[in-house]
Amino acid sequence: MAMIEPLTSAKKKDKAVRKQKSFRLGYDFRTQLELKTMLLPAVFLIFLFDFTPLFGLLMAFKDFEPVMGVKGIFTADWNGLAHFKRLFTNFQFWPMIRNTLGINLLGAAVSIPCTLLFALLLNEIRSSRFKAVVQTVTYLPHFLSWVIFGGLFITLLNSDGIVNYMLLHLGFIDAPLQFLADPKYFWGVAIATGLLKDLGWGAILYLAAMAGVDQSLHEAAAIDGAGRFKRMLHVTIPGILPTLMVLVIFAVSGMLNNNFTQIYVLQNTLNLPASQVIDTYVYQTGLLNFQFSSATAIGLTKSVFALILLVSSNWVSNKITKTGLF
Amino acid sequence: MVGGNHAGERLFNGLTIAIMILLMIMTVYPFWFSVISSFNSGGDLLRGPVFLWPREFTFASWKAVLSDQGILYAAWITASRTVIVTAVSILYTSMFAYAFSRPYLRRKAFYITIGFISMYFSGGLIPSYMLMNWLGLYDSYWVYILPVLFGGFWNVIIFNANYKGIPEALFESAKMDGASEYRIFFQIVLPLSKPVLAALSVFTAVNIWNDYGATLYYTQSTDLQTLQYLILRLIQSNRAVENMMSMNNGTNLAVANLLNNTGGVGAVTARTIELAAMVIASLPMIILYPFAQRFFVKGVLLGSVKG
Repeated sequence: MAMIEPLTSAKKKDKAVRKQKSFRLGYDFRTQLELKTMLLPAVFLIFLFDFTPLFGLLMAFKDFEPVMGVKGIFTADWNGLAHFKRLFTNFQFWPMIRNTLGINLLGAAVSIPCTLLFALLLNEIRSSRFKAVVQTVTYLPHFLSWVIFGGLFITLLNSDGIVNYMLLHLGFIDAPLQFLADPKYFWGVAIATGLLKDLGWGAILYLAAMAGVDQSLHEAAAIDGAGRFKRMLHVTIPGILPTLMVLVIFAVSGMLNNNFTQIYVLQNTLNLPASQVIDTYVYQTGLLNFQFSSATAIGLTKSVFALILLVSSNWVSNKITKTGLF
Repeated sequence: MVGGNHAGERLFNGLTIAIMILLMIMTVYPFWFSVISSFNSGGDLLRGPVFLWPREFTFASWKAVLSDQGILYAAWITASRTVIVTAVSILYTSMFAYAFSRPYLRRKAFYITIGFISMYFSGGLIPSYMLMNWLGLYDSYWVYILPVLFGGFWNVIIFNANYKGIPEALFESAKMDGASEYRIFFQIVLPLSKPVLAALSVFTAVNIWNDYGATLYYTQSTDLQTLQYLILRLIQSNRAVENMMSMNNGTNLAVANLLNNTGGVGAVTARTIELAAMVIASLPMIILYPFAQRFFVKGVLLGSVKG
């Protein structure tokens, strides 16, 4: 009896431990095997392609040289914040920040009201067929790549292009404007092409939000004698405020995220003073000049600030309008 | 119908329609301009731009582009990549979203966490470049496929919102009849999600077709160039030609050949080649999008404008 007792308790304990372990590791998998296998490919891809590169951020704090290979990410010597210090004192740094913020902020300041206005007007169109035609046509540029859309505009804005041709013949200018060879026009070109490319597409969100506005509010306002303009102002706009707020949050949090695909197409050596943005600079220092550590440092700084912007703009929006992303 | 003066109402309507027509012209004209220019004789274009219709109509530029081996091969790379990635990534993403949308899925918080981290944090360009090298994907066709096989958590959110619209009773009765999760997914959920499948497939296809970043960052062989990348090089060398008045840029064989073959001023010039290539490269997407358009509102907005 005395011999058996500890044995069974040990067995019991063993079983309990095993059960606990299996609960942690295997239980979920066994009971929901099918669901788990459905999740598996995506989880694997997220870990491999989204999470593994996060180790690479170590390069920002190290003296990494491309010849070291992947192992070098871990074995290279630490050098603290030296790359960040060098970055902030680099003469190219502040112009690059100015271009990034300038193109993004002015771009948002132009495109959000324009898109809203476009959606408001489109919403007022009675004929649904005409509305559908307008929408289909204005979606077109969204489906063209920046290489093609940018390429079209490079051709149009060329010194012998159609825009200069018209301006010359209509007598607005005496000599062709160097739209893409002169830094002072670059922001304008970037913002205008950006606006035109996504105007129709961006309006989808607003239109959907407008469709969700309570129709009885419109009727009540109409009975109270509000004309179409008044109703637009006092019913439609307040109704889509949450959507508008979400788009503003996106614009603010994406402030440091220039559209690389757009800028890179329009960029050339002549307009570089106005067209060098963070993303193109990272590409240039990293992949063309092989300064992996500095390029990673810029990328990391950008991500950190972008996250701060996202969280704080969301916080402000929650405070002011009680709506936000999370 | 509505109170207010009728003249004002009519003026407003007329003005709105006028603005819309103007906008449509502004949107379509650049594209139309490149179409007619690509059909115009290149030498003739030097005298000044065409406006509404080609002055000297010719297929020469289109023929030059469509018979160029480099461009055809790039089109093949781009098209095969687009088809493979769209099919697989929609399958993986919708499947992930289905499992994710089941209320009884255990450890859901884990999937939400990794999903959001993947949306907002990234290593950035250089660490990704290192990863591609490490995995042996650098300068390989697989770099066009593997990294984009999962469509991202944003698409999962959209799928998830759409699955919520399927009545729970359907799942329960299927379960009771002993259907496996896979059977439920393939025979009930997917057929009921056609609008969102169509919409997200189009978005994925457009993104992949239009991508040139992967070529720019992760490849160097000339036989891995995508169509967009080739056109980008074409545009850049044309600018270089205009800026420096030298014809051969030499860094890119396909482009250099194409430009050299058409060096002289004749029916075909570097400019018309570029325009014809741009028009041809955008045709598949232009043909595709009107078909998917009716699904946009139904499929995508339900998911994205919840707030």
